[in-house]
This record gives sequence, structure tokens and C-alpha cells, in this order.
Amino acid sequence: MTGVVSVENLSVVYDDFRALDTASVEIGAGESFGLVGESGSGKSTLLRAIAGLAPASEGAIHVLGRELRGSRREKAFYRAVQMVFQDPYGSLHPRQTIDRQLMEPLAIHGIGDGERRILKALDEVGLGSGFRFRYPHQLSGGQRQRVAIARALILEPSILLLDEPTSALDASVQAEVLNLLEQVRRDRKLTFLMVSHDLGVVTHMCDRLAVMQAGRVVERLSSADLVAGRIGEDYTRNLMVASKGFRRKTA
Amino acid sequence: MSALLTVEDLRVSFPTRTGVVEAVRGVSFTLGRERLGIVGESGSGKSQTGRAIMGLTPPHAQVTAKRLAFDGIDLLSAPPKLRRDLRGKRIAMILQDPKYSLNPVMSIGKQIVETLWRHEKVGRAEARKRALDMLAAVQIRDPARVFDLYPHEVSGGMGQRAMIAMMLVAGPELLIADEPTSALDVTVQLEVLSILDRLVAERGMGLIFVSHDLRLVSSFCDRVLVMYAGRIVEEIAASDLANARHPYTQGLLNCMPVIGADRHPLPVLDRKPEWAL
Repeated sequence: MTGVVSVENLSVVYDDFRALDTASVEIGAGESFGLVGESGSGKSTLLRAIAGLAPASEGAIHVLGRELRGSRREKAFYRAVQMVFQDPYGSLHPRQTIDRQLMEPLAIHGIGDGERRILKALDEVGLGSGFRFRYPHQLSGGQRQRVAIARALILEPSILLLDEPTSALDASVQAEVLNLLEQVRRDRKLTFLMVSHDLGVVTHMCDRLAVMQAGRVVERLSSADLVAGRIGEDYTRNLMVASKGFRRKTA
Repeated sequence: MSALLTVEDLRVSFPTRTGVVEAVRGVSFTLGRERLGIVGESGSGKSQTGRAIMGLTPPHAQVTAKRLAFDGIDLLSAPPKLRRDLRGKRIAMILQDPKYSLNPVMSIGKQIVETLWRHEKVGRAEARKRALDMLAAVQIRDPARVFDLYPHEVSGGMGQRAMIAMMLVAGPELLIADEPTSALDVTVQLEVLSILDRLVAERGMGLIFVSHDLRLVSSFCDRVLVMYAGRIVEEIAASDLANARHPYTQGLLNCMPVIGADRHPLPVLDRKPEWAL
């Protein structure tokens, strides 16, 4: 297999609770892959296990041809793989300027030329240099998420892990952030692994997706199949119905 | 149709260090026993409109209106005692996230009973029975078990149902639901909405449904008010949404990714300064 990210039979166990139960996914280079499911289905846990933020008890994770063990990751891993979290209110340091937060990854990895890179990163996510010395509380939710994306992109990774990147945002701002993500993926030929509970967002952004329930991958299908209704599992069908919006039962 | 609620030229403003922020700027509508949706982005004033009706505006803010009347009672000049009696008894409010809006150190049953006791003189056994009935009405399968649980022991969907039970136990005539399902999973959302829908219809309540999701609101309500920068920019029948005239309403409708529609990039809102005038 030529997957840049491959997860085989991965389990994550917290005490008696199996958050992830022998889940496997395979993501090709330059692909955009979605994970959907309800809360507690293990979709975020899978993402976090790849990033080393959740303890894997069984199974194997390969990223860019290297096997990852335990929760420790090398610096090189973080240069290649970056993550964007759900809540931009929680993922930025409240008492550091945008400039300092963007400088941090550069400092960790010993990359020079900070000035130019920061301006470029801000420009790329559609924020002018005027935002550089502001604090997170001076920005709106959408602007904060743009900063989080800029922070992830500044190391020029090849893989982005996106954990519900737009669910804390308004519908109108969501569209802007989704467009931004699509554009950077196109420009930089990135691989996306995106978690969302919104089938509309996932089918818009991803070529293929995996549906998860209770820690297991219940179905893998392409967005085109989902749209056309070629669905194998009842659970997926329920999600599909739910995403169509409220229907009043007519007696 | 006699109006349950009349709002005329409602204004809510917050004095801050950098000047007065006007969150709501002259909102007017009347509500009968119907389902009204209020839609807008963050900061459009939709929640503050709901809170002003409920009387939950922070004390330092200023609320003015030509008329703000609930069933003939002028809410702005009503004494605090009367407003407390109305709040919970005749006007109730469902908040967004049950994680924050339920009391974490009180069992769910006790919280429902507390609401009931605040407004009615009923015995202990009667109160418990009414709370259990209400929990059953929101389709909680084992009301007796859930009665004794604490909010952290139940899921988000269950917590939100408990919240609805608590709000409806005193039999309000007007229900304000402020993003009642935004914190819930898509699958659970629909369950909660259908419970809410059934109860509102059965009891003939007036409902104000505040949300940022225009599609959801339009599938749930009879009539929708679209707010932008503290004003109503458009009022439209939910069935007529496809013919929305205001570019902001159209923008809100179009910016959602829809399954099966292949639109790259998504259309985004091009906010015009004149919308806020």
C-alpha cells in the first residue's frame, strides 16, 4: 500500500472503556479523508492517537513510511504532521500575541527567517500583517481559527489533522474557513485527515470517508457513493437522514 | 389571533469603555401561539432579543422599548416580583448547552421539582409525580432512574431533554429556545427537536427559536426573522424561504455545504456596510 498514513487495528483503552476498537484506515498521498460519527464514536481519538495525544494499546500506526510507537513523536514527525483543533478559543494562548504564537513552532524547530515566514503565513490565511501583534481576544472566532491554521502551516507540513475545524463557527464563517482549507490543500498538495459530525462538510471536503460508531469503523465509502445513496450500513443511512434537517412527521 | 407577545422598537445597549455598544437596535414583532424563528450570526443581537424578553439582560445594560408586553403586561415597567413570577411560570427559556445550564451539584429530579415549587404549591409526592411525568414526556425511558442522576452522569441529549422537562413542568405559555440543539450531535438534535415540536404543538405554546442555522430554523418554524447587526433585515414565511429577497438571507442559505451539491469554493457572504444601517 502506498498510504502516507496507515492505521491498522488500532485500539485505545482508558481503564475499562474502549474508546477505539481495532480501527483501520489508509490514506493516500494528497488525499482528503473524512471521519464521521456521533460524539463518543472514537473519531477524534483516532486522530489524537496518530498525533501521539492518545495512548494506543494495540495496533500499528505508520506515517510517511515510519512506524510510530507509544505516545512519543520525533520532531521530524511534527514538521510533517500538524493538527488544527475544534475550538479556536481554547487552542490559542490567551496572553500571547499572534506573532509570538506563530514564532513558537519556528523556535522549537530551529527555523530562521521568522519575520518573512510569519508575514507569509498570515497572508496565506487571509489575515493582514495588522493582526500580527494582536491578542486572541481581539479576534473573532473565524479569525482565531485562521491563526490556528496559520500556526499549523508555518512549518510547511505535508499532512494536516483537522479535528472539527469549523464546528465552533457560524455557518457563514464556516464557508470561509472551508474555502481557505481547500485552497491551501490545493496550493501545497497537502493530505487531510478531517473529523466532523457534519456529513455536508465532510462530503464537501473529502474524497473518501470512514463512518465510525462506538470506536469501530463501520463503513468506508467514497463521498460520491454517499451522495448517490450507495450506502451499506443502516447507521450511515441514519446519519444521512439526520443531516437533511428536521422533518415534521405528518400524521 | 390575539398577540401573546408584542415587541416594539426594542433596544439593548451595553455601555463599555470605548463607547456604547448597541446589540439590539429597534426590533419589532408580534407573536401569537406560533413558532417564530430568529436567525443571525454571532453578534447579530438574536440572543439578546430573547434575553430582554425573558428579563435576563445584565444589570449594566440598558433595555428600552416603545412597547414590550406579554399578554397585556408591560414587562419593562413590571415590578421585579411580577417578573420573577412570570419567568419560569409563563415564559420559559431553554439554553444552549446543558453542561453549563444545569446545576452540577443537584440531581436532575430535584432541579425540576425546584422549578415547580417556585411557582406552585404542591406536595412532595405530587411534585415528584409531575417531574417523572414530565421526564417521560420528553421520552426519557427510565424516568425514575434519571430523576436521581446528576447532570454529569447523563449525555448531552439527555441533559437537554431534562432541561426541556424543567422548563415545561410549570406549563409556560411562551418558550424561548436559544440554540437548543447546537451543542448536540446531529442524530440527537432531531430527537430533541421532535420532542420540542410535539410538546409545543400539544400545549399550544408560543415559541421563539433562536439559532444561527437558517435551514434548521426554517424547517421547524412558521415564520423567520433574519437579524443582522441588531436589526431585523427580513421577515419571511419559512415556506417561502427560497424567495428570500435580502442578500444577507440568501447568503446565509447558500453558504452551507449541501450533500450532493458540488460547489467549490463555497459562496461566502459579502457583507455590505449598508445592511447595518
